[in-house]
Amino acid sequence: MGKSFPPLLPPQASTVAVEVDVLYALLVAILAFFTLLIAGLFLFFGVKYARKSEADRPIQVHPPMWLEIAWSVIPLLICVVLFVWGVALYFKIYTPPKDAITIHVVGKRWMWKIQHMSGAREINELHVPLGVPVRLLLTSEDVIHAFSLPAFRVKRDVIPGTMTTMWFNATKTGEFHLFCAEYCGTKHSEMNGKVVVMEKDAYQRWLAGPNAGLPPAVQGARLFEELNCISCHRNGAEQRGPVLEGLFGKPVLLKGGGTVVADDTYIRESIVNPTAKTVNGFESLMPVYLSQLSEEQVNALLAYVRDTLGKEEAPKASPKPAAGLPGSAASPKPSESKGR
Amino acid sequence: MTSLAASLQHHFTDFKQQKESAVLGMWSFLVQEVMFFGGLFLTYAVYRSQYPQAFHDGATHLDVVLGGVNTIVLICSSLTMAMAVHAASKGHRGGIACWLLLTIFFGSIFLGVKVVEYKEKWDHGFIPGISDHGLTVDHETHQARPTGFALYFALYFAMTGLHAIHMIIGIPILAIIAINGLRGRYGPEYYTPVEMTGLYWHFVDIVWIFLFPLLYLIGAH
Amino acid sequence: MSTPNHAAPQYQEEENYLTHDTSIQSWLLTRDHKRIALLYLLSVTFFFTIGGVFATLVRIELLTPAGDFLSAEFYNQAFTSHGVMMIFFFLIPVVPAVLGNFLVPLMVGAKDLAFPRINLLSWYIFIVGAGCAVFAVLTGGLDTGWTLYPPYSSAYSQSRVTWAVAGVFIAGFASILTGVNFIATVHRMRAPGLTWFRLPLFVWAHYATSLVMVLGTPVIAITMVLLGLERVFGFGFFDPAKGGDPVLFQHLFWFYSHPAVYIMILPAMGVISEIISTFSRQKLFGYSFVAMSSLAIAILGFLVWGHHLFTTSQSAYTGILFSALTFLVAIPSAIKAFNWTATLYKGSVVWETPMLFAFGFMGLFLIGGLTGLFLATMGMDIHLQDTYFVVSHFHYVMVGGGVMGYMGGLHFWWPKITGRMYSQFWSKLSAMLIFAGFNFTFFPQFILGYMGMPRRYHSYPEEWQVLNVMSTMGASILAIGYILPGIYLTHSIFLGKKAPANPWGATGLEWKTSSPPPPHNFHETPIVTTEAYDYQSLPLSETPEPGGAR
Repeated sequence: MGKSFPPLLPPQASTVAVEVDVLYALLVAILAFFTLLIAGLFLFFGVKYARKSEADRPIQVHPPMWLEIAWSVIPLLICVVLFVWGVALYFKIYTPPKDAITIHVVGKRWMWKIQHMSGAREINELHVPLGVPVRLLLTSEDVIHAFSLPAFRVKRDVIPGTMTTMWFNATKTGEFHLFCAEYCGTKHSEMNGKVVVMEKDAYQRWLAGPNAGLPPAVQGARLFEELNCISCHRNGAEQRGPVLEGLFGKPVLLKGGGTVVADDTYIRESIVNPTAKTVNGFESLMPVYLSQLSEEQVNALLAYVRDTLGKEEAPKASPKPAAGLPGSAASPKPSESKGR
Repeated sequence: MTSLAASLQHHFTDFKQQKESAVLGMWSFLVQEVMFFGGLFLTYAVYRSQYPQAFHDGATHLDVVLGGVNTIVLICSSLTMAMAVHAASKGHRGGIACWLLLTIFFGSIFLGVKVVEYKEKWDHGFIPGISDHGLTVDHETHQARPTGFALYFALYFAMTGLHAIHMIIGIPILAIIAINGLRGRYGPEYYTPVEMTGLYWHFVDIVWIFLFPLLYLIGAH
Repeated sequence: MSTPNHAAPQYQEEENYLTHDTSIQSWLLTRDHKRIALLYLLSVTFFFTIGGVFATLVRIELLTPAGDFLSAEFYNQAFTSHGVMMIFFFLIPVVPAVLGNFLVPLMVGAKDLAFPRINLLSWYIFIVGAGCAVFAVLTGGLDTGWTLYPPYSSAYSQSRVTWAVAGVFIAGFASILTGVNFIATVHRMRAPGLTWFRLPLFVWAHYATSLVMVLGTPVIAITMVLLGLERVFGFGFFDPAKGGDPVLFQHLFWFYSHPAVYIMILPAMGVISEIISTFSRQKLFGYSFVAMSSLAIAILGFLVWGHHLFTTSQSAYTGILFSALTFLVAIPSAIKAFNWTATLYKGSVVWETPMLFAFGFMGLFLIGGLTGLFLATMGMDIHLQDTYFVVSHFHYVMVGGGVMGYMGGLHFWWPKITGRMYSQFWSKLSAMLIFAGFNFTFFPQFILGYMGMPRRYHSYPEEWQVLNVMSTMGASILAIGYILPGIYLTHSIFLGKKAPANPWGATGLEWKTSSPPPPHNFHETPIVTTEAYDYQSLPLSETPEPGGAR
């Protein structure tokens, strides 16, 4: 990049980028129109009705009601259009499609630790396939960060203690900026990197390359054994927690009323803070893993519950009420780990 | 009466305007106090709904009897404060001082009981950041406390502490007003300072009327 | 220098509020709202200078993509100190505590604010709070950003967060007491005949501002208490490891800090109403609409804080509500802008310095307000949140709007405050430099923001250097524009032409007393018989008889 005047837009490299830019153009037009209209009228009146002599007596104008109503209602109508479009676009940008692949992102001062479901890991770089929806699960080990991809027009805060999600579908191969957008301390401006969009087969080759590692679902299975989770989360007489097979994506009846869908956020919360939303029919006996496990370990357990146990059939005979509501149809999650 | 005439500040046209301004100003100030405590009540509401069990557990460690006694003590102090305002409006010098002394007495009892309660929390290790060994582990059963237990006590100390600070600020003001009352500074035409102090004191009492059930009674039975 | 003017001779020799007692303690223990306003003027100017120095350092650093002028630590302290000083100790107090303090009693025909001693107390509280913050900034620094988000501020920052938090907490009470004082004054101290709908719009704006100060400031105060307890004792309110929620802080913080923007802009809007009406000799178009829109902005301003949280874990449905309410704030702002412009229609317009500032206000505030629509549009905000677009937007509103309004007001009432006229040439030049320099500084930042440049970045990718250099160049023009008034206004105090009671031919009670006013404002309580801005019945001789309240 030279030091010439830069283009006015960042690259349009995702499926939502064009729509965001069109909305931006509309907003710029509104900005230009009203600024020029009002500032122009102000100057025009200021010159046209300039004081000619000190004895000038202005003609008093009584404001007509229709005018006051007009300049209240017209901006209101414009605002309604912007509001509706903005909300629709917000849901579009933040609602991942069902067939999105998942990538775990952990923010830590001052780096992004990224793990693909095949096990490939990278830092401050994010390799993604072209034309495939990618869902990012974001957690932080310390302070609040924000994962910002301007070329894709997406951004999401990464908040310690909870999990946030974002998604995109890249439409251009190449390298694009990745920033931390929420101030996080001394090297905030160095907590950046790049997102690399590759053709699908190139991406598969990259996954198998030097960055490859143990898939998180496999790591999670080991942890599940080490922590002896199975001693409670199992079917039979010694069951003290809900069975996890086939649980992912299904609605769960909670103690004290209410249901919640067993999505990534809920499973994560149930690991780190199990007393928060206890499943109906169980006591909250599980230890709090809040500061016992690293974010990566929690992500591994989550991947195991989601991608391995979640694919299995829920056991039929259960002495306790099953965690999921009967007859609930959950969309099967596609396997992100096909490539391994 | 000359001392009373001197009580009209130069920028007011008459006593009525002066008093109306003071009343409006005091109420505006109390509105800000409501918003001030409001931030705490909001935080309380958020975490109580998030951790109902932990808050219930936390409340069982408070002494409902001490809290109840303190509630009665404070209501009594509100009554004596109202009597002091009444005495001022009648111009009874001795009455003002006596009732205010009683108010100070009740206020001090309240704070004394509070010290006893805080001491107990200290012994149990329920004070975040100062003596907090009991906030993570139950020393009797050796079980970990539920998430949110520490937040309950954080809120307990923030809320009762802020309330106590308001009382500690109030007591010297009551004392000054009592001395001025004894000197005959107030009479039927002018007793605005007594009345304004009364408004403040009643407000502080009302805050406690909300704190008591929110902190002490949710764990009862 | 003593050119005779037509100020009434019997007032020439008379003592005014500046001369009746000149001892140090007569200033430090004064209960005169006019003197307290001057104490505030000097102090906020001092804090503005500190904030300005830090802004200069930030802009110099951003000349080059690499972080090579300041260390990352110091850069972070510089933008934080700039934000804390400018927002809490300059922008929030500047118009209400300086111009409002001076003018509200004069405009309602009172001898003083309702509680003069509390007014003085508020200044001392302000100085103590500012002292804590200055101490934090100058010794060891503060590196959290002015937003003080935990858990960074509570658990990670090594800087003097506790001092800064204490400073913000203490200074908040100065703001609350000023608000209480204004509310009581406007309700109870109005001169006979001065009904609510005869009040100048400046007073309406300050009334609306006072509501925000009294209702909003205590919430930031308690938030600072919680943050302080968290940092010092680890109470855990915002610590996820203890079950706390860091986003709760953001809710509490913005519940005040969004309305705080209206504390900055509403009184400036009041100033603009006065200036535009005076210099076009017209009753303000749609007076009651403009008055009510101030209240509407004050009330709606409390219901929009969640628009700062569209990219956090806040639920999307909550976001929809906040987005809708945010768009509603645009309506009263639009009503004001249209009515101001329409006031000039068939008026008798004269482009004195304050009018130039008013025009600058209009241009910059429009851009600031309309770019607010970008950020209220939820889908758009995802891309713009935490970028230079936001930085530019709020500078347009708070500096373009707020400071332009303040500068306009300062130039409008300077003759009243000091009794002296300033240089027309230099002041007009300053107005134009500020307007041009401001746009030059901040317009490139909109483009940088849309390109994706995150705020609070010490270093940045090379392709953005051109726009950043433009911005820094603009900032140097802006700096000259701000330094000039410091020179010619100071000069005017000693060598300026003596100002008559009503140099602009304005209505309003403050112009009916001498310049500078006597210690108790009016020799006799004025009686009001007409509506505000009644230019039809004002004698249009060059300068109306001063001291009209005789």
